[in-house]
Amino acid sequence: MSQKNRLDGGLIDRSEAFSFRFDNQYYKGHKGDTLASALLANDVRLMGRSFKYHRPRGVMTAGSEEPNAMVELRDGARKEPNTRATTAELFDGLRAESQNRWPSLAFDAMEVNDLLSSFFAAGFYYKTFMWPAAFWEKIYEPIIRRAAGLGSLSTQDDPDGYDKGFLHCDLLIIGGGPAGLAAALTAGESGARVIFADEDFLIGGRLNLESDAIGGMSGAAWAAEMVARLEAMPNVRVMPRTTVMGAFDHGVYGAVERVSDHLKVPQDGKPRQILWRITSKRAILCAGATERPIVFENNDRPGIMQASAIRAYANRWAVTPAQQVAIFTNNDDGHRTASDLMAKGVEVVSVIDTRADAPASSDYDVIAGGVIDQTWGRLGLTQIEVKMPKGGIRRIKCGALGVSGGWNPNVHLTCHQRGRPVWNDTIAAFVPGGTMPMGMTVAGAANGVFSTHGALTSGADAAKGVLSDLGLTAKTPPLPEAEDAPARITPFWHVKTAKRAWVDQQNDVTAKDIKLAHQENFRSVEHLKRYTTLGMATDQGKTSNIAGLAIMAEVAGKSIPEVGTTMFRPPYTPTAMGVFAGRAWGTETRPTRLTPSHRWAEEQGAVFTEAGLWLRAQWFPKPGETHWRESCDREVLQTRKSVGICDVTSLGKIDVQGADAAAFLNMVYCNGFAKLPVGKVRYGLMLREDGIVMDDGTAARLAEDHFVVTTTTGNAVGVYRHMEFVRQCLCPDMDVQLISTTEAWAQFAVAGPNSRALLRKIVDDGFDLSNAAFPFMACAEVTICGGLRARLFRISFSGELAYEIAVPTRYGDALIRRLMDAGKEFDVAPYGLEALNVMRIEKGHATANELNGTTTALNLGMGRMVSKKKDSIGSVLSERPGLNEDDALKLVGLKPVDPENPVPAGAHLMTKGTKVTAANDQGYVTSACYSPNLGHHIALGFLKAGDARLGEVIRLVSPLTGVNHDVEVVSAHFLDPEGERLRA
Amino acid sequence: MHDLAPICALGGADPAIDTLAGVTLAEFPDLALASVSARQGSEEACRAQLKDLLNSAAPKPGRAVLNDPEAAFWIGPDQWMVSAPYASHADLTGQLKSRFQDTASITEQTDGWVCFDLRGDRVDEVIRLCANIDIDQMQTGDAVRSVVHYMGVYILRLDPANALRIFGPRSSAKSLHHALMTAMGAAL
Repeated sequence: MSQKNRLDGGLIDRSEAFSFRFDNQYYKGHKGDTLASALLANDVRLMGRSFKYHRPRGVMTAGSEEPNAMVELRDGARKEPNTRATTAELFDGLRAESQNRWPSLAFDAMEVNDLLSSFFAAGFYYKTFMWPAAFWEKIYEPIIRRAAGLGSLSTQDDPDGYDKGFLHCDLLIIGGGPAGLAAALTAGESGARVIFADEDFLIGGRLNLESDAIGGMSGAAWAAEMVARLEAMPNVRVMPRTTVMGAFDHGVYGAVERVSDHLKVPQDGKPRQILWRITSKRAILCAGATERPIVFENNDRPGIMQASAIRAYANRWAVTPAQQVAIFTNNDDGHRTASDLMAKGVEVVSVIDTRADAPASSDYDVIAGGVIDQTWGRLGLTQIEVKMPKGGIRRIKCGALGVSGGWNPNVHLTCHQRGRPVWNDTIAAFVPGGTMPMGMTVAGAANGVFSTHGALTSGADAAKGVLSDLGLTAKTPPLPEAEDAPARITPFWHVKTAKRAWVDQQNDVTAKDIKLAHQENFRSVEHLKRYTTLGMATDQGKTSNIAGLAIMAEVAGKSIPEVGTTMFRPPYTPTAMGVFAGRAWGTETRPTRLTPSHRWAEEQGAVFTEAGLWLRAQWFPKPGETHWRESCDREVLQTRKSVGICDVTSLGKIDVQGADAAAFLNMVYCNGFAKLPVGKVRYGLMLREDGIVMDDGTAARLAEDHFVVTTTTGNAVGVYRHMEFVRQCLCPDMDVQLISTTEAWAQFAVAGPNSRALLRKIVDDGFDLSNAAFPFMACAEVTICGGLRARLFRISFSGELAYEIAVPTRYGDALIRRLMDAGKEFDVAPYGLEALNVMRIEKGHATANELNGTTTALNLGMGRMVSKKKDSIGSVLSERPGLNEDDALKLVGLKPVDPENPVPAGAHLMTKGTKVTAANDQGYVTSACYSPNLGHHIALGFLKAGDARLGEVIRLVSPLTGVNHDVEVVSAHFLDPEGERLRA
Repeated sequence: MHDLAPICALGGADPAIDTLAGVTLAEFPDLALASVSARQGSEEACRAQLKDLLNSAAPKPGRAVLNDPEAAFWIGPDQWMVSAPYASHADLTGQLKSRFQDTASITEQTDGWVCFDLRGDRVDEVIRLCANIDIDQMQTGDAVRSVVHYMGVYILRLDPANALRIFGPRSSAKSLHHALMTAMGAAL
């Protein structure tokens, strides 16, 4: 199809022709086009359907403020809904679909909504779908969601990568128009470290969109020359396609760089977008201004646009939306559009100026004091009706209407920290004011300075101010001559006689809706927004809010600043969720920690589970084993019969040294450590300040002034942080030094009756492993395998004769292989977390299930460990009466009366004969397993006064899972209660 | 002499080396590490020992002394990480304990960390996608604590300045390597 609306000139590269598809129709465009400009060039004005009424809509703007022309860009997994055609850079092979229509854009069956509009006024959801209440979730909401909405997701994983990055600078300049360019040149040439970001792919702002000369050349040429100068400066980072979307604390800004959005597919390894966190000493906001529409009858037809957008399309993209264009304005800027279009050869059929003193023109027809009364054209504008100042209606045929209601400075980023803009009567707009983000200044149109000369000057002046603050000497580059026309406007917000006049085109909010909200007492501007949806969704009301405020002010009898604005929040423009995730997705969502034996375990076919960030072997299936229980039972039986090995590296290890190391441990553990001999290990219980158990572990005394503390895997970081807090804040006078050594040592549990025999094969001669020389709870530094230094601990979580042996981590892989090799004669078995868990339950050892943040030492049956002879954290508050009542929960063992029954964790305990109610609750099950040694299920749990109820048969209930059977209360030590095995 | 074979943090017998667009990321296992924490009341004596060891004053916050064979960087108040070639200092902890005696607590850290050397003229571009540090202002001998993809790291600027040394948690070596390689792919 020919580009019938393409004009001469422009900043597109006609030597590169691109083919693209929109709704199954192929078109041609050029490098430098946006999707919107290319569609307009091909005489496509209809680009979408409205949110609620499915009214035909076309492009309204030429920038990121676009409310209407949203498409599903690309296809397949790369499909991206709600993409603004005005910012989508054209590339060869681009695919786009219109959205929120069925079956086609030109014929949309849901347009019936428009006929039923009287039922869909503001707040209709809340009024219409009140009854019956049960219908809301199942019927009303799904119907509404199908009928209203934006684009649809691909529901496939995004195949592209996203990234995050960090930049630092003296000065961040946001926006690359004349003010930003002048600021960047001034700061760059003065030696400041500058980041210069602009959301457009062609930096220059309105210099690229206007026809005015600057310094004897076109604005675009001057901008290109200045950008080239800036890019040559090593201290300036020029960032096109980068939207600074949020102003955060302490000079930090969020910016999204669209690295590959202009390509069909990102280059190999390159991200689609990068979210930059920019830390700046100062920032200058040069975000420009947005032209606002005037509200009038049927002002939403395709072809009705911002006047400045029509001018932009003509000057930059060499495109006109139609061959006959009219202008509706309340200020001089509308006339600039008329002049530029005339210069481009487009017929300007009339300029309707609401001002009675509108400037006359010899080039085009001016209707001073006229207003638009009605428009015509179902899928695109064909005619307007003008109410003449002296009465009567004049009909004018045209395919496009440019509307100029004045300009709003883009104050958004100045308000991201709850600042509020202030009203400026001269330009009839809000300008930055009040409290702004730390270090931010504003220049150019964003500050209400609308002439090019003013923007250049204010940009340079803002940079000088920043440079002075930073202690740098400003070098002032000469600024070129530029237009300096005053902004002359007579506010005119809406045509009051209109019946269906659109304030917010993205949300289908009419002037009537705003009046209705006021009538129904939604008078706060924030309530107005939520009741009508004015200013919501992807455009955040950039073109609509001010008209809404003006109408609200009018009906409330207030001024616009009295009505005020709603809160501005990041992001400034829609931001993809993917870029917030960056590279943290899939298996790389968070880092993974691997144990030293991981590679060996993989070779054995181990099944892994997450324990914090660690991946730990859960069980090691053998050929023929089809269920995890088979593997687990075998590992348990093999270990208890002979010997098993488990990688326990993930348990936290904290090195504690210093003259006061023992006194320090006495403070953090509730039981005593001062008298622990060198070469011994002690179990320790750590309490929180409120007396609840924080963690448990062991402390091995390697020397008078040197301990190694172990923690549970999940609490390693928390315990270390707690100990640092105690050291630095509670005990600053103690000579004690802490550092984590969790990763420095590969540690393996070697458990079972043959563990000593196995270790004798690898521990070097000269070290006596006999029970007498190295008894239960001994520790020593030894050498193994001919001289490798190692640490040996005789501790047992399984309840067996057991050791833990540690070597420098780089030897962990070799050690597990050596242990397995040496253990062949003992039928050694590696065991995973499941078997470890079974064995510790059989032994009655507590773990995270029991140390669950609600339990005390008393609950765990370790009340006597809380020493009264010394001060320790949590010991005083553990004595609170409420924690020490006669029927306090106590750790008990539970076994089913019928051996076939399980004892599932989470089930609750009820005294037989009582009703199953919370009031009758006697306790709950914390850990459960099948014991292959006992031949039935067993469990640990907390039971009121449980230690006095051994032998009692009690009801186990779980209303959620249908459990209801009897269990017997027994000792938590199912196996070897006297500890003979571990002391063997 | 024992007969157990060590492996590198990434799991190989030999260090992993990857090069992309003139930047090389190399695992560097030949490094012994030990933390030195001054005992209370012995801070000056500890610093004197460090000065003697490094032929330079103990590094201040954010700084390293890149001496050969022993080097050190600051990791906390009166606390430093000392490094030396592993081949000659496998028992660096024992050697330092003998030297510092009761003036400092010495803890072996050798295998607590994976060490990557990132070399090439565009290493700064890679780091910008990894860590929130002002890499442009980082001079040779600077040592900063930062975070790469949620992992705590130390980053040192070496001599010449186109080389960075990155220490990360050894158990997460694969995740850190993936993060650095991804950043290289994106930046270079």
